[in-house]
Amino acid sequence: MCQVEEDYNGLECKQEKIPVPTLSRKCMKCKEGTAVLIIRVSDAFCRSCFKEYFIHKFRAMLGKNRVIFPQEKVLLAVSGGAASCSMLAQVQEGLSRDAPKRLRFMPGIIYIDDGGACGRSSEERQRSVDQLKSIFTETGFPYFIVPLEQVFSLPTSVLVPGTSDPDPSNPSYKQAVDQYIKEKQNLTEEEAASAVAQLRIEESVCSPEHKLALERLFSSLNTLTAKEDMLHTLRQHLILHVARENGYSKVMMGDSCSRLAVKLLSNIALGRGAALASDTGFSDPRYGDVVIVRPMRDYSSKEIAAYSRMFHVPSVFISGLDTKTHDKASIQRLTESFVTNLQADFPSTVSTIYRTSEKLHTVMPSQGQTTEPASKCLLCLCALDTNVDKASAFHATLVSEQLSQIKLQDTSHDARHCAEGQGCGSGGCCSSNRSPEHQDLKTLLCYSCRLTVKDMGAVDALPPYIITEAEKRQKRSRMKMEISEFLLEDED
Amino acid sequence: MPVQCSNCVQRRAVLKRPKTGHSLCKDCFFWAFEEEIHQTIVSAGLFNRGETVAIGASGGKDSTVLAHVMKVLNERYDYGLNLLLLSVDEGITGYRDDSLETVKRNQQQYELPLKIVSYEELYGWTMDAIVKQVGLKNNCTFCGHNADDVAETVLMNVLRGDIARLRRCTAISTASEGEGAIPRCKPLKYAYEKEIVLYAYFKKLDYFSTECIYSPNAYRGHARAFLKDLESIRPSSIIDVIHSGETLSVKDGVKMPVQGTCSRCGYISSQALCKSCVLLEGLNRGLPKLGIGKHHRLHGKILAQEPLTEQEEKLLKAVDF
Repeated sequence: MCQVEEDYNGLECKQEKIPVPTLSRKCMKCKEGTAVLIIRVSDAFCRSCFKEYFIHKFRAMLGKNRVIFPQEKVLLAVSGGAASCSMLAQVQEGLSRDAPKRLRFMPGIIYIDDGGACGRSSEERQRSVDQLKSIFTETGFPYFIVPLEQVFSLPTSVLVPGTSDPDPSNPSYKQAVDQYIKEKQNLTEEEAASAVAQLRIEESVCSPEHKLALERLFSSLNTLTAKEDMLHTLRQHLILHVARENGYSKVMMGDSCSRLAVKLLSNIALGRGAALASDTGFSDPRYGDVVIVRPMRDYSSKEIAAYSRMFHVPSVFISGLDTKTHDKASIQRLTESFVTNLQADFPSTVSTIYRTSEKLHTVMPSQGQTTEPASKCLLCLCALDTNVDKASAFHATLVSEQLSQIKLQDTSHDARHCAEGQGCGSGGCCSSNRSPEHQDLKTLLCYSCRLTVKDMGAVDALPPYIITEAEKRQKRSRMKMEISEFLLEDED
Repeated sequence: MPVQCSNCVQRRAVLKRPKTGHSLCKDCFFWAFEEEIHQTIVSAGLFNRGETVAIGASGGKDSTVLAHVMKVLNERYDYGLNLLLLSVDEGITGYRDDSLETVKRNQQQYELPLKIVSYEELYGWTMDAIVKQVGLKNNCTFCGHNADDVAETVLMNVLRGDIARLRRCTAISTASEGEGAIPRCKPLKYAYEKEIVLYAYFKKLDYFSTECIYSPNAYRGHARAFLKDLESIRPSSIIDVIHSGETLSVKDGVKMPVQGTCSRCGYISSQALCKSCVLLEGLNRGLPKLGIGKHHRLHGKILAQEPLTEQEEKLLKAVDF
């Protein structure tokens, strides 16, 4: 368990020093071209072999997983960073007429402008949006530019997982492809061209009230850790909403393997162990009708940077919440610098952590059970992980909290009542018609989202759709409480 | 201005709990700390009435506090346990002989029977003699099992990609499927290291705090430093990491090494022979490096008592300093 120095020094010493690459070195793949970069340990690639390798990886990832059907509408989430812009470039490449095996889905682009949460001025935001617009227009794909302020006009339906609609006539992947190819032969070139021409470009503006509300929301979060977590949650909600509204059934995220390794480790630190597989895996089915896919997860951030530079993939630098902060500003930021530093000393760090994510899976409740939204976290929509054994870290924390303060709460009779009747379930038996307080909201959240809300000063700063849905769920659970003795329990 | 205890609202608080951030007075902290361990023991069903429970006593803070709390709880809740202190004398000069003194003092204070087993008695080798042969590598025998240690192990197993240990390391006690194997359990699993020290400090418990001189450690050190940083950002991180470790689940298809028992001594082991039997065999054969690193393919030969080839022996000979 506690082994000292796990590395095999003996082996490493014997390995000869990797010769410094010279310009005269040949590509290890085609043995002809002059090598321009080293991918892994000593694999030198020439320009064209690297391009081929990079493109192949993208197609291989989609081909291997077979989740995107022909003609399916796929929304590409682009942040402006190198990874998501490379993803956009790969989709463009794959859809281009001369690509031997064309990708067959219908892409759209979404950019969430989170400048309002990160304290960027409206001029700065406009500049970034203009730059991105020129990139997006170039692709010819429909695009959506949505300011984060839009969360204040989202409907509550965002928080309800959709059903994936198991259509009985739903063909298998192979059948769908065959059928598509048959139909395609009848379709003339012009028709195809006109289909692409029907562009939808949407750009929403935000009202000053929403701007203020967003500022209030983020200033009520006391820690950067909670801010980053909340930003991520809200961004997902917006993307999900736009995808649903416009009939997109898949969303592509540009997370690279370096990014995912950091995400995996920071999610462990945030208490998101239960949802680790869907947070970092290739596909994330938690929303039911819209599935998140991560086709860039095999690329390291170095590969992406090299490709973007060599083949001039345009990207835009946009400062985020943790830009220019110190290493210990937040858990996410700390994890990032920890992994990056460790990677410098132990080059297999990222790939080892990343491979761990492939071995995990999420316990997904079966389709029938997902109809009850109460079993999902109000904010992140993952399955609730707070319904665990008594002998667990979660209960140990509850016990600690009770033992350290319970008598203080004696004065407020509600809380005490709640503590005694442990089984009062979600919603809390004692909350009447008042706006949700920490305590009430907590019961609807997963372990990690509770931590985020705990770092929050005023819960009523949350966007209305969250508060309304929370009240609705609390009401329902109170109803369920009242009739609980007449309900027949499901055995499993 | 003096802060009031958030629990009794009468006495003055003397500490801020690292685990929850509440300010507590001495008595309320003792009560909370002991109660929490009681909850852990009861909810996990760690012990049965009438059982004999050996508390591994190293003289360090974890075992000193554990021995104290176990004795208190055994009396308060009438567990009906037969407690005894068990100490292993590895024969590390300047470390174990000093810490054993602490254990002996503890024994007198707590009035618990003490049994000291020496490495020499067990295996015929002392730790010093082993290190002389092997060099400074790979010989940490036992780590404390408080919340910090468990969280650290979760992080380390993620960093190493060790999925089997990742799943196992949060278990509160080792499942003993092997006949006769004694389960080990960790009642301090949810107790913060800092709170253990606070408890010992305010109870004026006597413990031995020198780091083991044989544990320099590379990779675990990174995990430890990372955890400490996490804790400084969000104090609940330690429990949060354990929660993650407890709730994550491993894909069905993933090949998982089967945990078996050592065919020589019957202790839990993932190989045909457990680590200590291999280490011993190596020492007895004059091939000290046999116990270091992975030499699984040699296990067959060891079991069959066959001699090794010359080339194999050459690799496993003592290190020349």
